[in-house]
Amino acid sequence: MHRTGELYGQFENLDQQRESASLGMWVFLVTEVLFFGGMFMTYTLNRSQYPEVFGEASRSINLGLGALNTVVLITSSLTMAMSVWAAQVGKKQLVTIFLILTLILGTVFLGVKGIEYHDKFVEHHVPGLNFSFEPGASVATNAHAQLFFSLYFAMTGLHALHMIIGAGLLIWLIKESFRGRFNQEYSTPVDLVGLYWHFVDIVWIFLFPLLYLIDRH
Amino acid sequence: MQSQLPLYPEQASNFAPSVDALMVYITAICLFFAVAVTIAVVYFFFKYKRKTPGEIGVPIHGDMRLETVWLVVPLLLALTMFAGGAVIYVDYRRPPLDTLDIYVIGKQWMWKLQQPTGLREINELHVPVGRNVKLIMASEDVIHDFSIPDFRVKMDVVPGHYNTMWFRPTKTGRYHFFCSQYCGTNHALMGGWVTVMEPSDYSAWLSGSSAADANPVVAGGKLFVEKACSTCHLPDGKGRAPSLNGVYQGHVQLADGSTITADDAYLRESILAPNAKIVAGFQPLMPTFQGQLTEEDILALTAYIKSLQSQPVPATGAGVVQAGKK
Amino acid sequence: MSTTPNSAGGYQLPREHYLNATYGIRSWLLTTDHKRIALLYLISVTFFFFIGGTFASMIRIHLLTPNGYLVTPETYNKLFTMHGVAMIFFFLIPSIPAVLGNFLIPLMIGAKDLAFPKINLLSWYIYLVGGCFVLYSFATGGLDTGWTFYTPLSSVYSNSAVTPAVLGIFINGFSSILTGLNFIVTIHTMRAPGMTWFRLPLFVWAHYATSIIFILGTPVIAITLLLAGLERMLHLGFFNPVLGGDPILFQHLFWFYSHPAVYIMILPAMGVISEIIPTFARKPIFGYSFIAGSSIAIAVIGFFVWAHHMFLTGESAYAALTFSLLSYLVAIPSAVKTFNWTSTLYKGSISWETPMLYGLGFIGLFLIGGLTGLFLACLGLDIHLHDTYFVIAHFHYIMVGGAVMGYVGGLHFWWPKITGRLYPEGLAKTAAVTLFIGFNLTFFPQFILGYLGMPRRYHSYPPEFQVFNVMSTAGASILALGYLLPMIYLTWSMRYGKIAGPNPWPATGLEWKTDSPPLTENFDVTPEVNWEPYDFDNRHDLGLDVKGAPSLAPAHGDD
Repeated sequence: MHRTGELYGQFENLDQQRESASLGMWVFLVTEVLFFGGMFMTYTLNRSQYPEVFGEASRSINLGLGALNTVVLITSSLTMAMSVWAAQVGKKQLVTIFLILTLILGTVFLGVKGIEYHDKFVEHHVPGLNFSFEPGASVATNAHAQLFFSLYFAMTGLHALHMIIGAGLLIWLIKESFRGRFNQEYSTPVDLVGLYWHFVDIVWIFLFPLLYLIDRH
Repeated sequence: MQSQLPLYPEQASNFAPSVDALMVYITAICLFFAVAVTIAVVYFFFKYKRKTPGEIGVPIHGDMRLETVWLVVPLLLALTMFAGGAVIYVDYRRPPLDTLDIYVIGKQWMWKLQQPTGLREINELHVPVGRNVKLIMASEDVIHDFSIPDFRVKMDVVPGHYNTMWFRPTKTGRYHFFCSQYCGTNHALMGGWVTVMEPSDYSAWLSGSSAADANPVVAGGKLFVEKACSTCHLPDGKGRAPSLNGVYQGHVQLADGSTITADDAYLRESILAPNAKIVAGFQPLMPTFQGQLTEEDILALTAYIKSLQSQPVPATGAGVVQAGKK
Repeated sequence: MSTTPNSAGGYQLPREHYLNATYGIRSWLLTTDHKRIALLYLISVTFFFFIGGTFASMIRIHLLTPNGYLVTPETYNKLFTMHGVAMIFFFLIPSIPAVLGNFLIPLMIGAKDLAFPKINLLSWYIYLVGGCFVLYSFATGGLDTGWTFYTPLSSVYSNSAVTPAVLGIFINGFSSILTGLNFIVTIHTMRAPGMTWFRLPLFVWAHYATSIIFILGTPVIAITLLLAGLERMLHLGFFNPVLGGDPILFQHLFWFYSHPAVYIMILPAMGVISEIIPTFARKPIFGYSFIAGSSIAIAVIGFFVWAHHMFLTGESAYAALTFSLLSYLVAIPSAVKTFNWTSTLYKGSISWETPMLYGLGFIGLFLIGGLTGLFLACLGLDIHLHDTYFVIAHFHYIMVGGAVMGYVGGLHFWWPKITGRLYPEGLAKTAAVTLFIGFNLTFFPQFILGYLGMPRRYHSYPPEFQVFNVMSTAGASILALGYLLPMIYLTWSMRYGKIAGPNPWPATGLEWKTDSPPLTENFDVTPEVNWEPYDFDNRHDLGLDVKGAPSLAPAHGDD
């Protein structure tokens, strides 16, 4: 098992190794765009087909919590970027601190998400678990509302899964950073996890308006 | 069937001759290239067979002119193939206005067909020769496909959608139809026969058979009242909803300024998703009937509304529903 | 050191190579050597080929009579579905990239391994996990939705084991994505000094193009199947019209991947052919940059034609016209390739060895398969031909006549490199010809059946279709023989085949400058490339009659 920072056997030199790692992460993020893209497409098409019900269902999710989460996540991207910077200027302690901050903010996000999910569970807005949106309304309305919530849970759930994976990566990074592994010469894992984290943030920046903000009057 | 080993089905519709002609055209072009390349390959294979163990070939890296030729020529030929197919397809997707309309419902694993008079058939379709026939099709469950090889036509039948197809039979006889979209266990058994008859025979058959089944127009009229459509859609156009007299195939101006033609799909959509297109001058008040009507009900209502063609058009009334066939 | 000819002119195996470098099952199951991983894939894809092939045999036997009595309708529907799923997702898509691509790409570009060897191994395990889910589905009730999983049949009405199957395919998708990612990064960053883009073998170009499709298309099928699976499990309504969903949306999402997927299946085979033809004609490929460019063009344009599978769903005529036109455009690069391969034969020095027979067989069968695509892209004809046996014949000509021939031909071509041994040439030639004849007998009658109107996925058919069905089944038995023979003699040759030496053909690629089989780390010293691909005329190290240099003994080891 190679220590991080050393040359892996298949590479000729560290430059090639770094370039490969970076390109690899970018290519991976492209696949993630396509992965989320399919669901975004489905949501958009359905939203344009059932504007009133989707609007109603959208208004029933907590805008305040969603906005809070948006601020939390954008801030976490800032702290993540700061940790990358800290590595580049060799401030090893700052790297660890900023990584810890990012992890805390990420956990806050997941906690708030948990509260939102709990609210939805209590209101019977979880498809498949005694779903009932508007008991008096027509079958069609309830069906279309269920469609909204199915997509809501699928999209935010997939996003949350990516956040959890990100949190795991951050824990590993914090461990390594604590041992002083990252500096001007070597900060590839921080750079790559940073890229990943920013991507997850960008997905949320699309999710938030689509799910929470449209038709909010 | 014609010969012992047929290579193509009978030509029994207006589309068949052009489809077959296009087939011959494309086959000829493809055959030319296939033979040319095969001959070249085989010829080179023999002519340039290695003579001594160490022999190498002549290094020719490429030729821009040749590359251009065999890029441009196939492209142009491909465009002609595209054009030939496009012409037939556009004609096929635009049914003429004077059609004999047959309502078709596909379900696992049978076809229910209904003649304009209400006469129903199962897995059988009787049509008169020389007449434009339009099939308006719905599915009760999964995706099916109604295909008549001897007519060279088929169309998917998708739940939640109306699909229409048309043809003009040109030869009397009995022709196979099949379900052509895999739909479960008995997909292969979901076929039947189209019987094309002389017009006089067709009329005789139509009236002679036990027409105990309700005329869809009558059934639709009953539903129109039962479901309270008549309370808003007043014939004089002064109610909360546009008059439906003469609406079918007319132009409808919508609230967003656009104009559309009121075809079968529009009638269906107006029943199931009324707020998708609001008629100019009216409010979005109509509730959706999704989940409250079966496919047969919707077809009956559609048939009834189409029958209102012949009703007088209101002199006044907002909604700008214009009578007329274009 | 490397292999040197012994006094009798034959060769010995190198003393150390990737196969004997380490021993024991753990050294294989935990390997990160791309060559060993390639062999792991070889075993698993062959296993799925057997499964898919067994189902195909049962289908053809059942269809001997109009009211086949071999199996019940339910079982028949499961047979064609599982045949499709096994063959497409677990044989065809991985085959050339995961076996030959994995083995050869680092060797061809002068690298020691792929960029991410552990991810490579992970890919194989993910493939296995996906495969287990699908096998579980096959074993517990089977799958009867068609490999296309159209809704609401698959998400609501089917009573078969749909959920584990879509989960399995979903998981398997990540294997593809990671392989594609690995290839792209490797080809970008790990080429040896002097190996510029336009010195790359066309096999590498083909895999680069394929990898683009892997990474852009596969995530979409993943999410689509996930949504369909959720719909089925939780009674949601994405694609179910009763709950406000749209079955056509499923088709758009499904085909957005599944059409480019067919290019995943053919581009690598085209890459194999682009290596075989110059080698056995001993001259450069005609129009190198056009072949490289057309691979990329196919990958890109291939993403814009998906709705030609949906001409008859009621989609707008404008959409249909657009997709038909684009489908014709995507055919052009393939035509260019075919003309270029043919021109490469002109004034060549052609040997009739087995890989070349596969190469020519590929040209012939791909020609027919590709040309028949023109019929289907034609809107007016597709009305008649959609969902008939014409379509089945078309795609089998390309996938079996093209892709599988490319795969088997490639296995033969690189067999000496992979195993160090030669297969028995006479038997191999016989098998190649058997395959070609059997294939045509099986599938050509199906074009006629299709034009006559016989629909696909039919467990029973009207009696007038029987003659051609019998012809097709007869051909299938010959085809099966054509596949069984290589499985037997290739296996036999691993132990008893003649030792091949580093470059038996000889060929010009960098992989042929290593021992057969190569060292684990491929090259003792990183090579420096200063020659053009397929440049027989200037390669004095191959022992051929090249002007301007005396004949040398055939190349040995990596000089």
